[in-house]
Amino acid sequence: MTEKAAPAVDVKSAKFRRVDHALIAMIILPILALIVLKVLFTPAAGEGVQIAGALVFLEIPAPLMPIYISESQVNSWGVMISILGLCLYLTHGLTAKAELKRQLVAEWMVEKCESLVRNNMGGYFKEWAPFIAAIMGLSAFSSLICLLGLFSPTGDVNITFGWAILVFFMIMYYKFRGGAWNYTKGLFKPIPVFAPMNVIGEFATPVSMAFRHYGNILSGAVISALIGSALTGLSKSLLGFLPGFLGDIPLLRVGLPAVLSIYFDVFSGVMQAFIFAMLTMLNVAGAVPWDDWNARRKKQNKPEIQNTAA
Amino acid sequence: MLELAMGIMLGLLGLGAGCAMIAGIGPGIGEGNAVAKACEAIGRQPECKSDVTSTMIMGCAIAETTGLYGLIVAILLIFVAPGIFTGILKDAIK
Repeated sequence: MTEKAAPAVDVKSAKFRRVDHALIAMIILPILALIVLKVLFTPAAGEGVQIAGALVFLEIPAPLMPIYISESQVNSWGVMISILGLCLYLTHGLTAKAELKRQLVAEWMVEKCESLVRNNMGGYFKEWAPFIAAIMGLSAFSSLICLLGLFSPTGDVNITFGWAILVFFMIMYYKFRGGAWNYTKGLFKPIPVFAPMNVIGEFATPVSMAFRHYGNILSGAVISALIGSALTGLSKSLLGFLPGFLGDIPLLRVGLPAVLSIYFDVFSGVMQAFIFAMLTMLNVAGAVPWDDWNARRKKQNKPEIQNTAA
Repeated sequence: MLELAMGIMLGLLGLGAGCAMIAGIGPGIGEGNAVAKACEAIGRQPECKSDVTSTMIMGCAIAETTGLYGLIVAILLIFVAPGIFTGILKDAIK
């Protein structure tokens, strides 16, 4: 096999720079557009605690019920475009000698993700690395977007349920590799009385994954909103005597919410992304009935599959 | 009559939400145990620190789920249930 030599990339040429700038715009512009949309559509704030769900941008009439295009959907589209731009930017101008520093970042990310997938799922699933990386990146960036004052898509149960249903279908696909009859028999183990419980257990996996992600992000948002409004009230009663507009500014809100946000938004969001990806890997890799599958393949005269560890 | 019924209903919903958050005790104790054991394990075998930590965080996240179910029930009781029950009450009293 001969490898075709990569075309030489002149990283200092004007064309390269122009493409670079376009890609950076592709990262930043969707986020800016989301902020503009948010500002345009947010209703005037009233007094008291403000805990609102996603805004609804558009209502498309449909036969059964109207289709809502909500803030969480639009925000996750924006995040997707932004991540695509980031990936294209990091891989722009790849060379064998790594002339640009961003290539090292891209290589590090790919290597980490591949080793994570290989260690947790086994060698047979090594093609899963891009999917796992995509889920992890989308989830992490969706949670982190709330640092810019936007609504986190992961704080909406519909988005996390969509991901969990995707994972559920993948688990089911691999469970049926052992044959539909073997799968049905497995539901009646250890004794037939357990069948309803086993069926519920099958559906509990995606439900718990979706609620875990959603609940963690939402609880952070709710606690942040409560603390913010509490500090506003406190500063109004303590510092309300200050003259003029100084009395109207909630001065006590400076500082503390930002510190809490490091835990609730940054740590919790990134952690949940990692956990969602980890559970996806463990559930999918654990769902494969290797013995039944290999027995079936033997009947069809196909080679046996070995899931080599690490 | 309607006002009294509304007041009782809203108060009970708040109480119910508070009671639902008792679910937070279980994960708290459980995760505390998990972290204590992880610290012991790291103390015994410091070279396994990264493995123990990642396993512990996974376990904590899964143990947290029960508490989060309680939280979701509480949030539903505070933000969603009043709208539904107010409609039912109005229909019943009419």
